[in-house]
Formats: sequence, structure tokens, C-alpha cells
Amino acid sequence: MQPRDIRLLVLIAILVAFTIWVALPSNPGIRLGSWERDIRIHQGLDLQGGMQVLLEADLADSESLSSDAMEATAKVVESRVNALGLTEPVVQRVGSDRVLVELPGIADPEAAVETLRETALMEWVDVGSQWLEPGTVVRTDVETAGEEPTVDEDTPIYRTVLTGANLRNASVAFDQTGTGLPIITFELDNEGARIFAEHTSANTGQFLAIVLDKQVISCPRITTTIPDGRGQIEGQFTLEEARSIVLQLRYGALPVPLRILDTRAVGPSLGQDSVQKSIRAGAIGLVTVLLFMLLYYRLPGFLADLALIIYALLNLALYKLVPITLTLPGIAGFLLSVGMAVDANILIFERVREELRAGRTLQYAITAGFSRAWAPILDSGISTWITCLILWLFGNSFGASMVKGFALTLAIGVGVNMFTAVIVTRTFVHTAFVLAGEKLRQIKWLLGV
Amino acid sequence: MFALVQKRRLYFTISAALLLAGIVAMIYSAIAFGSPIRLSIDFTGGALLEVAFDQAISPEELREVLVTAGLDDVSAQTIGGENQVVIRTKEISVAEKEALLDELRTAFGPLTELRYESVGPSIGRETTRSAIYALLAASAAILAFIAFAFRRVPNPLRYGVCAIAKMLHDVLFLLGFASVMGILFGWEIDALVLTAVLTVIGFSLEDVIVVFDRIRENIPRRRGEDFETIVNRSLLETLHRSLTTQLNAIFIMTAVIFFGGATTRNFMVMMLAGMVMGTFSSLFFAVPLLVVWEKDEWGSLFRPLKAAA
Repeated sequence: MQPRDIRLLVLIAILVAFTIWVALPSNPGIRLGSWERDIRIHQGLDLQGGMQVLLEADLADSESLSSDAMEATAKVVESRVNALGLTEPVVQRVGSDRVLVELPGIADPEAAVETLRETALMEWVDVGSQWLEPGTVVRTDVETAGEEPTVDEDTPIYRTVLTGANLRNASVAFDQTGTGLPIITFELDNEGARIFAEHTSANTGQFLAIVLDKQVISCPRITTTIPDGRGQIEGQFTLEEARSIVLQLRYGALPVPLRILDTRAVGPSLGQDSVQKSIRAGAIGLVTVLLFMLLYYRLPGFLADLALIIYALLNLALYKLVPITLTLPGIAGFLLSVGMAVDANILIFERVREELRAGRTLQYAITAGFSRAWAPILDSGISTWITCLILWLFGNSFGASMVKGFALTLAIGVGVNMFTAVIVTRTFVHTAFVLAGEKLRQIKWLLGV
Repeated sequence: MFALVQKRRLYFTISAALLLAGIVAMIYSAIAFGSPIRLSIDFTGGALLEVAFDQAISPEELREVLVTAGLDDVSAQTIGGENQVVIRTKEISVAEKEALLDELRTAFGPLTELRYESVGPSIGRETTRSAIYALLAASAAILAFIAFAFRRVPNPLRYGVCAIAKMLHDVLFLLGFASVMGILFGWEIDALVLTAVLTVIGFSLEDVIVVFDRIRENIPRRRGEDFETIVNRSLLETLHRSLTTQLNAIFIMTAVIFFGGATTRNFMVMMLAGMVMGTFSSLFFAVPLLVVWEKDEWGSLFRPLKAAA
């Protein structure tokens, strides 16, 4: 055996041991000093269930959009998404004016979408001596960017004393005076506190409506001067409503209003079903291919099967290490790449057979098989990469992770294949033939000639 | 030597018949449904809602409930049994969807929401545009790559052009196939199916490349033989490999079609059809086309058989 084959064999053994360790479902993750990495399969939304929303800046043609404003908007969306308490949500800017949001395992999509999009405008409105019932829609002297609720033209325009821009903090508390209802406490910044103090001292006895998106949520009477900018809002809230309002207040209004372009949601039951069926289909397909190769190509087929198993393990390990989010099309891409991986070995073995039938020695046939088959393997690999690249760019244009997932796993498969189908199989074939010697040439059924 | 490439008139006739059938289907579909192939909401914009009811329901009753709910342009289709339905309609918001689900619950009892997609018309237009760009870009890139890879053979560009002709042949076939499936089973073409088309193109190019590669290898080795004989030899030498590879790919795809979920089934059937066609067109369209070009028989191709012989 040549020293190069021995070295490669050792290298392959180490690699296989490592990939098996990575591929183990119970892998604890890698920890090197302060560097840590979880090793597990990341499931896409179509497998674990969840929702994907594509939002776009909703501006009039005359308005221009600065990159900073969009960045800030994405930040606000991100903080709102994080507040929903999901595992691994994704908020990502797409192009110049879009934000892609992925919400895995979301229970209440309606509420989530509202939380994302709402540009909550909080106002303290001077309504004079007239008490307004909560729920009343009012007009104020503050302009809003989003759509204006329709009200009669003859309703008065009230003066806004303060807006949420002066808010420093807000939180949910419970009314201590006996009702036990949820209330919202707030704290204003210095400027807000000063304006608030001035207004409350000058207008004691008047009503000061608290208005959220032009809708009155409560309308307390000013009983005393509030000097420190701290106050509370009492309304007939449920706990959820109070939390949602606080969230909107705390994370502020969106710098840029957003509209929904595209929504996709997959229920968790469909996702689970897909996972099970894909695993089953993949296993059946893979076993059929392994059996076929074994029966058709005998000994080389067996060696190719070993290489194919290593191929599958390597791919799985890469998905876990990179990490690559697996989607249904992604799994399809992987399975398709298995087809290509087998193709490389078939090319080689057919060539070896051809040379053997032409009466060449085993050694010559094998060398010729591997070296001559390399050109078409490389050519077709590159053409598949070109297709993958184009699919990736195409998928990027509308943020569809589906198409991208497919292109990515297929491209990785083609790359891994160049290693396993050629180097791994060749090392195995060399080793087996060196061990068996030239007399193997006579055992024709084993070579499948 | 078994004469394979010599029977090229037969292969071109088969190709022409298949493509013609597809074109007829597309014309029929365009007249009957207003579009040559049924495009999904990925391209047209709109909403899709997939729901599983606890009990079997009739599509007619469901349609009535949907129309009463104010959805005029709506279609409902049962899939995978009586209690699972796909509802397609114009774009609806999440709130509208929830309201619709409530109405369905009142009418038909408990249900599970499986899938919901809503695509704005502007996204649909963008996707259509990028799909066309993707196809054009793929054609250009592959033409350039093949012309480069075969730069040492005489007339390298012809190899690239034949590969592109084959690609367009396959795309046209798949469009026709999609049109037939749309007419017969109401299949729609979504972005994922488009992916299938592009991949099949890339994948079946391998068959062309393998044969072309063998021609490239055989040209300097067999200087005495004419081009047609060399091509025929190359085709025969690689035929075994093409069919074996095909068989393996068919194993995997069949497994996914029969045992995988419904979500990727149409995608896989399209891919399988494209794959089988891709191999056929590689061996019996692209390669013979190269021979026609190299021998400059364009004129005799359409003459009656006797005159050509």
C-alpha cells in the first residue's frame, strides 16, 4: 500500500469519527475556552411551524427613505419581536426598504402581526371640561404618518400636550386601591415632566385624555399638580391589553410605517408530519440506492456505499456545524445531491469496467477510471454550482428561504461529493485491491464485469 | 456498432410531438383558464389557506360558506382525503383570515390551520420578473461555461448552443407538462416548482456534459473516423452510465413522491418528469443536434425521408 493511501485512510477515519460525534443527536456542543457552539439541527419554519412576514416601508412617493431610518425601524421591530418571547426569531433587512421577520412556533399570529406593524402614537390630550368615554376616536393637532381613523369633519381638533416621544419608561402594575385591575404606570423624561407639571398645575379640575392611536383609552380629571413626571393610566384593560400597550409605548413608534407584503404560516402539525415523512422517504430512497449499488457493482459498489454513508454523515455534520436551517426543499436538495454523489461513482466504475473489458490490468483500469472520470465530475459540479448560485440570487430577491434552502444544501452536497466520491472511494478501492492483490482480477462476479 | 445517433429523425419527431402536445395544452389552458399554465399566488399575488377539519365536508357547502363570508373570487379544493381543503382567494390579512377561520368553525366544527400564505401583487410581479431573469442568467452562464470547458474541440460554441437548445427544449416540455397537470389535476406552478425546473436543467446538463466530454476525448484518439461515428461511439460508451444514474435518481424521487409529505409532491413529480425528459433530450436531442450542425444538414432535416437517405 502506498504511504499516501495510508495517510488518507487515517485522515478519513478521523473525519468519520468527528462527523459521527457531531451527528449524534445528543451532542453537547463544542466548548473551546470562551468559544462555545451549540450543535443541533435548526429546523426551518415549514418543519417546526411558524410564520414569516415580509414588511415594506409604507411611504408616499414624495417621501425619501434614509438607510438610518430603515435601520432604526428594523431595530424597533426586532425589540418588539424579542418581547414576544419566541425561541430564535429572525429579523433581517432585505434590500433597501424591507424587513423580513420569522416567528417560529407562534401561537397567536394575529396579535403578533399587529405588534410588529403598529406605530403606536401615545398622546396626552387636553380635552377641556368635557369627559370623553374610552373608545372615542378624536382628532388632535399631531399629524400621523399612518392611516388616519375616519371621523366626522365637525369633531373638534384637540390640543396635544405631550406625546410618547417624551416617555422614558412604562410598565404594567395592579391597582392597589381595591379593584386589582391592571394599570399602566409611566415615567416621563425631564422635558416631559416639566411640561406635565406646568399643564397639571394650570388646568387642575380639567380632563386630560390619554389617547393611543387617536383612540381614548382613559380620561382622568386632573386632581392635583404632578411635578415628577410619574403617573398612571387606569382603563378597563385585560392584562394582555395592558402588556401590549406597554410594549408599544416602551419600544416606541416605528420611525417608518410598514405595510405587510407577504405572509406565510405553517401550522406545527403539518410541520411535524413533514419531518416524519421526509425522514421516511429519505431513508427508503437512500437504502434503495445503497442496495442497487451493492447488487449492480458488487465489491466497488460496496465501497461506494461506504463512501455514500460517509457523504450523508458529512452533510449532516455540516448542517449542524455551520449551522444551516433545514427546510423541506432543503431536504429535497440534499436527496438530489445524493443522486449526484452516486453518479460520480457510477462514472468511475463504468470507466473501470470498460478498461477491464478491454483487457487492461486492474491497476491500470482503476487509475484510468478515476483520472478520466474527474473531468466530467468537475464540469457537471461547476454547472450545478452555477444553477445553485442563480437560485440563491433569485431566492434572495423576495426573501424566500425555501428556494435558498434548496440551493444551499444542493451546493454543499456537490462540494462534499467532490471529496467523498473521488478521494474517499479511491482510497477505499486502492486499499481493498492492494489487500486482495491482482488475483481479484480473476473473480469477475465480485467486480461486476 | 449499434447505430444510435443515425436515427435522429425519429428522436426529433418524438421531441416535436411532445412539445407540440404541450403547446396545444397551453393554448387550451389559456382559452379555458386565461393562463397557459396555472400560476400560484407566488406569481399572481393572493392568499392560500390550508385547513384540516375534524369531519368530512363537501366542497360545495364550503364554497357557499366562503361566498357568504364575502369572498367572491374564491376556489376550494379537497386534498388528501375529504377533510383537508385548500382555499385560494385574493390577498387577505391575518385578521381577515382569523375571522374566516371563525366562520368555518361555526359552520363545520373544529379545525386545524395547516398553512396560510398571503402574497401582495407587487411581490408576485417581482417574483415573476426574477424568475425570468434567473432563467436568462442560467442560460447565459451555462453557455459561457460549456464554451469554456470545451474550448479545445473544434467549434466550442456549438456545444454550448446545443446545450442551451436542449435547456429550452426541456423548459418548454416542462411548461407543457405543467399545463397538462394544471388542466387535469388543477396543479399550480409556484416558486418551488420553478426551482425544480432550474435544477433539472442543471442536473440533466450532466448527461450532455458526459457525452460531450467523451466526444472531446475521442476526437484526437480516432482521427480516421468521421464525426458522426465518433459521436455514436461516445453515446454508446456513456449510455450505460446515463441510464444507471437515472435509475438511482428515480429511486430517490419515487421514494419522496410516495412516502414524502404532500407539500413537496408536485415539486418532485415535476422534477422527475424533467429528469427523465432531461436524459432523453441530452442523448437524443442535444447530441444529434450537434451532429446535424457539424455535418451541416439543416436543409435535409425537413426533407422527406427518401430524399435525405
